[in-house]
Formats: sequence, structure tokens, C-alpha cells
Amino acid sequence: MTSRHVALALFLALASAPTAWADQRGQAKEQVEFGIQVAQRGLWKEAIYRWERAAQLDPTYAAAFNNLAVAYEHEGQLAKARAAYDKALALEPNNALVRQNYDLFKEINDRAAQKDGR
Amino acid sequence: MTARLRKTGASLSLLLIAGFTACTSYIEIPIETPIQPKLDVSAFQRIFIAGFIAGANEDVDANMETVRLLRSQLRNKGIMRVIDADTLPLLEIAKQNGAAEAAPPAPDQQAATPPAQPPDQEKTPVINDEKDLEQYQHLFANVAYWKKIGEEYQQPLIVTGAILFAPQQRSGFVQREQESYDPFGRRVVVPVRTYMERKGFVLRPTFVFIDGRTGETLHTETFREEILYNASQQTPALSSYFELMDRLLPAFLNTLSAQKIKGTRTLLK
Repeated sequence: MTSRHVALALFLALASAPTAWADQRGQAKEQVEFGIQVAQRGLWKEAIYRWERAAQLDPTYAAAFNNLAVAYEHEGQLAKARAAYDKALALEPNNALVRQNYDLFKEINDRAAQKDGR
Repeated sequence: MTARLRKTGASLSLLLIAGFTACTSYIEIPIETPIQPKLDVSAFQRIFIAGFIAGANEDVDANMETVRLLRSQLRNKGIMRVIDADTLPLLEIAKQNGAAEAAPPAPDQQAATPPAQPPDQEKTPVINDEKDLEQYQHLFANVAYWKKIGEEYQQPLIVTGAILFAPQQRSGFVQREQESYDPFGRRVVVPVRTYMERKGFVLRPTFVFIDGRTGETLHTETFREEILYNASQQTPALSSYFELMDRLLPAFLNTLSAQKIKGTRTLLK
């Protein structure tokens, strides 16, 4: 009886795992989309909150990290932006759009870091 | 057979549309990145663009033009109060200070006081390259001199330095795109390597930021910009000078105040 219960619980847990993951991704996607809407209205701090939430919900969601990096860049938090771009690229190394954002960011970041002239 | 083909075509179209929608799940957004100033100038309310040691071009007085340009830029941006005073004849002062260093110093003579000019040094020195400029660089480290200047102008932030604006000529292979039409009348652009004689200018300014209260150097920054034209093109030296200065002005201003750099980034869904 007990072993039957354990087996059933295990089966239910395994069966519901993909659903739970899909739920997390779905929620993260909602946060990302809402973040985009508010960023387009210039509410970057709110966008950062949404994208941070999305990254927490789904730490494998490259778009959340990419958007977060863009928002940090806009807020002048360049170290955080770099870390977020690095994470986005680690998740999706072949994503040309993330790579393009990162290249543009690097130009600005190098200029900001340039303290002793060229 | 035709129905099956049509069905496959429709499925392919649907797939393509789905793929396109998936690929276009991004949005371009304008951003403005604030860049913090390289120098903390909160202790200064006034700025004095003192002048520059300049040379290498007869058509452009790089000292006067740079002083004028920087003063007007700082005024327009409202970065500190700009002191409107005569430009210092730094080349002569540097020459005199150099002579004073070479000669045994008089006991009652201050380092800031320029000595009397020996007759052979009255000629305007020729500055053609960076090496020629180097012999005058010691002036920027003359703490007593700059402290005295600072006292004269109520201890501002002093900006000085050296400007080399020189003509340059270069020849070699240049890759350019050539437009042609193929036998079917279609426009084709092909890269072509051609040997070209080119001439232009190089601008190499070094900006030295000096604390007018102590005479000490706070920050030094050197830039290098160059422009080359087709040898047959006649471009006035002054317009090239402004074009090159235009490129490095944002970086100069960013030393003193925060700048916002406009750009576009892509947000992903």
C-alpha cells in the first residue's frame, strides 16, 4: 500500500514537472512582455523590476537577461549591464541580436572606462 | 498530385510565417546611456582654458582655435563659469622656463618668473612633430607657475596642453566599392582595390587639467584623430581641423561632465 502511494506520488511529480516548467516560462514571458510595454513608455525602473522577476522565474530565459542588460545600460549601471549581457550570451551564444546589443554596449563601456587617454 | 503539392505549399507557407513571427519577436528601442565624468570637478566653479603649445600648421593657429572652440563649447553646455581672459603665450613661457632650468637658478628668482630672453631664443620655434613638442612638456609640471596663474584667476580648473595639427600624405592600396551592371542589366557592387595618393591632416591634442589651487596636474588625456582625402581634393586646413575636433569634443566634455550617449538596442520577447 505504502509503496503504491510512493510510486503514485513519484509519477504525479514527474508528470507535472514539465507543466510546472511551462508555467514558470509562461509567467516569465508575461513579465518580459509587460517590461517591454513599460520601457516603451520610458518607465525603465519598472521594466528592470519586471525583467529581474522574469530572470528569477526562468533563469534560462536569455531574452529576460538581454532586456535587463539594455535597461541597466539606460540607467548607467554598466557593470550590471555587462553581467546581464554575459549571462544572455552564455544562454544563447548564437543570438545575433544579443551579440549586436553587446557590441554596441562594449563601445560605450570602453569609452567610460577610458581614464588615461588613448 | 496537384492537391498534395498545394497542401505541402500551404504548410510550408504557414511554417515560414510562423518562423518569421518567431524571428520578429523583438523591438528596437532608443536608449540614452549616461556616462559619468572622468574628473570630479565639484571643487571648481570656474574654468580657465589657458592656451596650448601648438604647431605644425601655418594655416591654422591651433592654439587660438582650440581655446575659442573649447570656451564656446563649455559655455554652451553650461559646464562651470568660463573665464574670458587672454590666451597665455605658452610656447614662449615654456621656452623661457626651459632656459631657466638649463641655466643656474638665481637665488632670489622664483620658478614661476620667466627669465629675460637670450637673443638667440627670440625666433619663433618650429614645431613639426611630437618630438618637437616634447621639449615644452615640462611646463605642465611647473607647479609654481600654474599655482601663480590659479591665484590670478581665483583658483579655477585650468585646462592647457599641446596640440599638434599636421598635414599628412599617404599612398597605398585602398579598397572601395565599384558599381557596375552585369549582362542582364542588374546592378552589381564589387570591392575594388586601387592605388591612391591621399593627403589630409592628423590632430593629436593632449589636454592637461590642472588644479588652480595647488598647480598640480589632475588629469591628462591624449587623443589622435586623422582624416585623409583624395590627393586631388582641396580641403581647407581649418575645416579639417574643425571636423577632427568635432570627433573628440564629446570625450573632452565627458572629462568634466556627465554625457548621455544616444543609441538603439533590441529588446527580445
